[in-house]
Amino acid sequence: MSDHSAPSVAEVDQDRRGFLIFATVATGAVGAAFAAVPFIASWSPSERARAAGAPVEVDVSKIEPGQMVTVTYRKKAMYIVHRTPEMIGSLAGHDGRLKDAASKDSEQPAYAANATRAVRPDFLVLEGTCTHLGCLPKPRFEKAMPELGADWPGGFFCPCHGSRFDLAGRVFEGSPASKNLRIPAYSFPNESTLVIGVDASTGVA
Amino acid sequence: MAGSNDALPVRTGFLGWLNKRLPVDQFMRDQLTGYFAPKNFNFWYYFGVLSLVALVLQLVTGIFLTMHYKVGETTAFDSVEYIMREVPYGWLLRYMHSTGASFFFIVVYLHMFRAFLYGSYKAPRELLWLFGMFVYLALMAEAFMGYVLPWGNMSFWGAQVIVNLFGTIPVIGPGLVEWIRGDYGIADATLNRFFSLHVSAVPLVLLLLVALHLVALRQNGSNNPDGIEIKEKKGSDGKPLDGIPFHPYYTVKDLVGIGVFLVAFAVVVFFVPTFGGLFLEGPNFEPANALSTPEHIAPVQYFTPFYAILRAVPDQQIGALLMALSIICFIVVPWLDRSPVKSTRYRPLRWKLALAVFAVSFVALGYLGLKPADGLYVLLARIFTALYFAFFVLMPLYTRGESTSRVPERLTFPNH
Repeated sequence: MSDHSAPSVAEVDQDRRGFLIFATVATGAVGAAFAAVPFIASWSPSERARAAGAPVEVDVSKIEPGQMVTVTYRKKAMYIVHRTPEMIGSLAGHDGRLKDAASKDSEQPAYAANATRAVRPDFLVLEGTCTHLGCLPKPRFEKAMPELGADWPGGFFCPCHGSRFDLAGRVFEGSPASKNLRIPAYSFPNESTLVIGVDASTGVA
Repeated sequence: MAGSNDALPVRTGFLGWLNKRLPVDQFMRDQLTGYFAPKNFNFWYYFGVLSLVALVLQLVTGIFLTMHYKVGETTAFDSVEYIMREVPYGWLLRYMHSTGASFFFIVVYLHMFRAFLYGSYKAPRELLWLFGMFVYLALMAEAFMGYVLPWGNMSFWGAQVIVNLFGTIPVIGPGLVEWIRGDYGIADATLNRFFSLHVSAVPLVLLLLVALHLVALRQNGSNNPDGIEIKEKKGSDGKPLDGIPFHPYYTVKDLVGIGVFLVAFAVVVFFVPTFGGLFLEGPNFEPANALSTPEHIAPVQYFTPFYAILRAVPDQQIGALLMALSIICFIVVPWLDRSPVKSTRYRPLRWKLALAVFAVSFVALGYLGLKPADGLYVLLARIFTALYFAFFVLMPLYTRGESTSRVPERLTFPNH
């Protein structure tokens, strides 16, 4: 090796060279993985976006029976329906036509996993996002509306892909959506105030 | 005629100085004047070069639109209106860009159909097909994100629907969707990152993939309507007997095709830029509104076949899966088609029928994707979805042991 020519194949310690190649590649790969973290993390919601996602308060005493109001929470429309006794009554009798009548496979807080899918039967609080692909289902509260059939009990209809839901947001068979409309965490600190984003039990979202 | 082994011209003066430093003459000889292409190219062989024309058109108009467009949820919609009404010729730049996107997809679909007609994806051109498919995937991402930028109501809800598709992936879905959006809904953050990807990252990837597509094409040369390799029959001078130099023969032919393309393009840009809601949709002339879904959400025309498949399935996860599979099917075609013969000309009626059924299903699904999802439309979408997948899934069966007719030794192009 006194001259500067490359060593012959026989002179090379192949084990050592193999180890060095492996170690170099492994170090580079681990380094690249760590270096990727800030780039990937930069896509998560920013502090400003998180702050803008704070809970919202609604005065429900101003909602007439049978009326629906829409508020925005975390960029999503939230539907608040003041259900009349007839509307509550319309929930019974069509369990056989629902995909998930008992809301076993759907997303809702435990305190809304009941027959009316609500803390108080007179107030339905729903995320107005179709569980199919995120369009806004439209209120179709009248019974037997011509375009929805004689057996329509009243509920929501999604104009994008035709999903149908009853007045508790439960999805009918034959809809592209597979799950009932989601219900956010919410609570009633007093008789007339609804807070979306705060659980009654834990006090946090 | 020049060949790749022909001597380069002797240059003196400036051209001599230049060629010593940059292989201009060598490149011309290897890639144009000494590159032999089959002499029987027909109408279908225009769509490759037309895709390239569309790409350049999109790059140039896109660069100039970026000079006036203002990204941001409060500025984007207004800046597009500003481009349309106040920037000199801004309307023309924008209509060229929006029409260019639609034309790009139309020529790419015809280019792909050509590959099915003449077996251009078969050995030794599988990688060429794969790079082409990756170009197509990058193009879909590019078109989708570009459609979000005007921040009209269809931009917004289209983004909502497409991004939510990722939410159907088990376990990681919901977190993935939030990460893609950068907020709890489609928001300013989403618009900003789509803009960045649309004007820089995806175009760079696209250019790289197009370069690889062209290098892979040059490696084996073009296929042709007879589906035989011209390099297998060479004359005593080593040049393919059925080949002609790409330049001047095909550059001149392509110029004619480009002329026809530009005439059609200009007619649409100047007379029917929205193309009756197919190229630019009515609801997109209203600003994005998170609290109002358009009456009927339909993607732009080039995505409607896949959208129809998505909606044909009454289960969202399976629907999204089938939609993804309907695109992935194309990628594996070189390994599904077992026939030893490339060109449809020499393949049996069985293959011709299968290809016709597929073409009809694709167009029919494209039409159904524009229609509301109810009644007869859903039934038809289900039938054509089944036929669409049958074409791919059954391909190894109906192409195995095909009774093909005799493939000629030489190209069947009459001299004229």
